[in-house]
Amino acid sequence: MRYSKRVANLKNESVVLTWFSHIVMFLYAAACIIPFVLLISASLTDQDAIIAHGYSFIPQTFSTAAYTYLYERGADIARAYGVSVFVTVVGTAVGLFVMTLLAYPLSRSVTPHRNLIMFIIFFTLLFHGGMVPSYLVYTQLFHMKNTIWALIVPMLMNGYFVLMMRTFFQTTIPGALIESAQMDGAGEFRILWSIVIPLSGPILATIGLFQAIFYWNDWQLGMMYITDPKYFSIQNLLNRIMQDIQFIQTNMSSNANEAMQQMPTDAVKMAIAVIGSLPILLAYPFFQKYFIKGITIGAVKG
Amino acid sequence: MEQTAAVVQAGLGLKERKKTNKYRKYWPLMVMMVPGLLYLLLNNYLPMFGIVIAFKKINFAKGILGSEWVGFANFEYLFKTSDAYIITRNTILYNAVFIAFGTVLSLACAILLNEIKNKILVKFYQSVITLPHLISMVIVSYLVYAFLSPETGFMNKTILPWLGIHDGISWYTEDKYWPVILTLVHFWKSVGYSSVVYFAALLGIDEEYYEAARLDGASRWQQIRHITLPILTPVVIMLTLLAVGRIFYSDFGLFYQVPMASGALFNTTATIDTYVFRGLMGNGDIGMSTAAGVYQSIVGFVLVLFANYMVRLYNKDHALF
Repeated sequence: MRYSKRVANLKNESVVLTWFSHIVMFLYAAACIIPFVLLISASLTDQDAIIAHGYSFIPQTFSTAAYTYLYERGADIARAYGVSVFVTVVGTAVGLFVMTLLAYPLSRSVTPHRNLIMFIIFFTLLFHGGMVPSYLVYTQLFHMKNTIWALIVPMLMNGYFVLMMRTFFQTTIPGALIESAQMDGAGEFRILWSIVIPLSGPILATIGLFQAIFYWNDWQLGMMYITDPKYFSIQNLLNRIMQDIQFIQTNMSSNANEAMQQMPTDAVKMAIAVIGSLPILLAYPFFQKYFIKGITIGAVKG
Repeated sequence: MEQTAAVVQAGLGLKERKKTNKYRKYWPLMVMMVPGLLYLLLNNYLPMFGIVIAFKKINFAKGILGSEWVGFANFEYLFKTSDAYIITRNTILYNAVFIAFGTVLSLACAILLNEIKNKILVKFYQSVITLPHLISMVIVSYLVYAFLSPETGFMNKTILPWLGIHDGISWYTEDKYWPVILTLVHFWKSVGYSSVVYFAALLGIDEEYYEAARLDGASRWQQIRHITLPILTPVVIMLTLLAVGRIFYSDFGLFYQVPMASGALFNTTATIDTYVFRGLMGNGDIGMSTAAGVYQSIVGFVLVLFANYMVRLYNKDHALF
């Protein structure tokens, strides 16, 4: 009797806890989405309604004027998209290539000076010269200011990723497989290309995905190295638009009215942000599985 | 004597030969590493020597080598102003709050996820709460602007009037609100991500532990307290110590983009990183900001070593080195 009552109590408690978990997680998930709803709704609101009521979650007066306006001025946006796509694709591909070439020999015990090289990579994670020396190296020595390479080269490799890859190669590629390939007369490059890489899909996908996200989201390199609008990425274009608006608002001069008329309206500001975040929001459902797996791999191996 | 010498010599010869053989046999492996190592040399090691510029009066016309040596003058200027105090205080205090409350929130979130047995919903929650982590800080600054814009923001136009406050707040010029705003934005962006990290550690738990506990009549709360939390402890300690090692570095985007680089907010939003960046971009003193960068690199390095030492004391296997 008493025992069954206790079991019933435990069951009740269990149900309560489960419901509590669902409610909290649901509210948290909603909080993650809500700002985007406000952004999208604001971009679809009529300018006069925004001035009267501010940005709101349901458009007071629905209007696609902001998008029409952007469509007419689409050249800048298309160009910025082009820059972002180019930088992301080239940076991720070249970065993966160079990192794989560095990580694979480090996973083989026969490689000469392996420990020294590991230390050289590891030390870059502990200590760095900082922003100013890097800036001087890239601008004064390599003259990369206002070139597309300034958006790619500084982020090409990451020591942490190299170490992650090396651990993966070491723990998942059987040594016997490499030895038997050597017996068959395969050279080191051949072994890497036809045996190691085909077996390393998960780690290459994970690191490639993270690299691609870093490149797509980067605005700092653009802000440091690019002043020519020709090479603005989509993030830098967003930044520039906001800066221009603030500049005009804080420096109301005699020709401010004219500038105000050419300036994107309040809905357009939001519409540009929607266009900037759309690729990630649309692609996320397809890659979220790998992203979450990637977080887990990084956590376990790191 | 002579014999041993000969043996030693023969041994050396053998070793030498083995070594050259190794090079001859494995040169392709060495060649593979050349591009990566060259990159690290130019991108990571070369700027380390650039630290000397903190001891020079930078003159772009004369170049780095031609600029005049000034000893510790840049550091003296930096620490004479209140800037050094403000940026150090902000960097450390924000990080301390992020580490302390962030860990608690992420843990709570991971434990709640662990209590949900519906696999599909767990995956759904995980995907949604990690989404903010994927969004660039530029976009985040627009999202925040949609709430805080003085003339059109949701706060000033909708929420404050509901609360009976009709004079809007000029969010981007009043610094007292920003510690709260930045903390909220940081949690919005990062708690989901780190809770998935903790949740991953929980996935490895054998269901039998919980079953045994239930048979012994343990309540759900007792199961959390005596099974789930102890399993998470090592991960928590490790991640926290590593975060402490990085306490001198701040999330640059959060502190630069989200306040829209507003100078009026310097007192509560400037960190070492934003200070260095402003100096570099010409909105501040380049000499002082370079000195601040070196100050950050060196103190940061010492802190990482210290944190690693602490992790080693706790558990050798978890240490980085």
